[in-house]
Amino acid sequence: MTIALSGRKIAGKLQEQFPGSIVQSDESSLLVKSEHLLAIATFLKTTPGFDFDYLTSVTAVDYRDYFELVYHLISIEHNHSLVLKVRCHDRENPTVPSVVGVWRGADFQEREIYDLMGIKFEGHPNLKRIVLWEGFQGHPLRKEYKGIYK
Amino acid sequence: MPIKTEPFAINFGPFHPSTHGVFRMRTTLDGEVIIDLEPVFGYLHRGIEKLAEGRTYTQNIPFTDRLDYLASMSNNLAYVLAVEKLAGVPVPERAEYLRVIMAELQRIASHLIAVGSLLNDCGAFMTPILYMIREREKILDLFEMVSGQRLTYNYMRIGGVSQDIPDEFLPALEKFVERMPSYIDEYDRLLAENEILLARLKGVGILSKGQAINISASGPVLRGSGVEWDIRKVDPYSVYDRFEFDIPTGTLGDSYDRYRVRIEEMRQSLRIIEQAMKQLPSGAVKTDVPWLMLPPRGEAYAHIESPKGELGFYIVSDNSAKPYRFHIRAPSLINLTALRDMSVGWKIADLIAIFGSIDICMGEVDR
Repeated sequence: MTIALSGRKIAGKLQEQFPGSIVQSDESSLLVKSEHLLAIATFLKTTPGFDFDYLTSVTAVDYRDYFELVYHLISIEHNHSLVLKVRCHDRENPTVPSVVGVWRGADFQEREIYDLMGIKFEGHPNLKRIVLWEGFQGHPLRKEYKGIYK
Repeated sequence: MPIKTEPFAINFGPFHPSTHGVFRMRTTLDGEVIIDLEPVFGYLHRGIEKLAEGRTYTQNIPFTDRLDYLASMSNNLAYVLAVEKLAGVPVPERAEYLRVIMAELQRIASHLIAVGSLLNDCGAFMTPILYMIREREKILDLFEMVSGQRLTYNYMRIGGVSQDIPDEFLPALEKFVERMPSYIDEYDRLLAENEILLARLKGVGILSKGQAINISASGPVLRGSGVEWDIRKVDPYSVYDRFEFDIPTGTLGDSYDRYRVRIEEMRQSLRIIEQAMKQLPSGAVKTDVPWLMLPPRGEAYAHIESPKGELGFYIVSDNSAKPYRFHIRAPSLINLTALRDMSVGWKIADLIAIFGSIDICMGEVDR
């Protein structure tokens, strides 16, 4: 059984390494500041004991006040998992660092988020629309976007 | 003096028989050798994630049929597991077993098409795939008995399955489980040592263990590279912890290993079905849930080992009748990240075999 690590316990360890990087932590997830995301991602991947080498899924949720990015991490070696989150409050020009350099599996998923949610990933090698065509106006998965039938 | 060539671009697809749907690969070639490749998606994008936000939890089950339409049962299962996790709905024992039987039958059906079309792509045109469609037909007959459908089953429900199996189902399933191993042996006899198949697949399109993990590959692509990672074993859902089965893995990570993993997985699926038939309890097949269910505020991620890899659903609820966010973690899309790594340096003819060995379904890639 994959053991879901407690966000609170990991927050304690991260707090020593990256002071002020944790926004909020509970039993099921860990919310960090976006400027620390890349450093924390690298730390979680390379630190023995964590070894989060497998990024299962990346997705974003539009909570109207902010966007929340959700990273599901797994360690194949230890068979444990963690849900890492980042929030983005800027609706006009939301930007989050890209984790493609750490886990390449994020490549298409970040492009998908950019396409449908309109969040820019800084440092992504090929950030362009993936399922919609170039020149499409708007980002359909945002809550304010209304389809043609509404 | 070597002959100087100029790189040139070829657009493979979107309408090409080997692309298994509408998919485009923008390849740059130096002579016959691929020097760059970029997959282009979106020709089958229907916006299912957005559409799902406008429908109730139960209304969304048929949508999941249209993702990986070669494995509708698995999609149903992953989605209902996520909603059950979100709302805390219990599932009767009998329904759990029926789900496992359906999911494993679906795995065999999907792998038959995967292997068949891989051979089709390699040039064994239509003969092997028709052998495999012959057996898949039996599975479709079984699914028709339980759900009335042959492709988009819509069989699972939140809290169980839509209806109990009819009386003639178990005898037919027994007959299938009895006969299927000899058919798999037949494929092996025809294909495993086939010289042309070995020449086309062995050592071609290698994906190393480290790469496979780094690009988040899953399913036979990950296991073909030698990673023993099967969600049925490492994070058992439903009642998978009650069955004995092995995880077949490859060693080299080439196209042949991925093909072998699929053949072996079919045998393991039969083992699971056999055990599930023996243990199948009697009783109800569905928990009563309200027609308009309002799961509590929160989020849930449930994943299963679908035939193509890890299929996950991430659902956020705002305590209304419709999901606030509905995200599909599609194995086919993420496995395609590996395509460029696998095919650069190989000839254009090998690209077809490498692409076939990933086994994708466009309904799931584009959504």
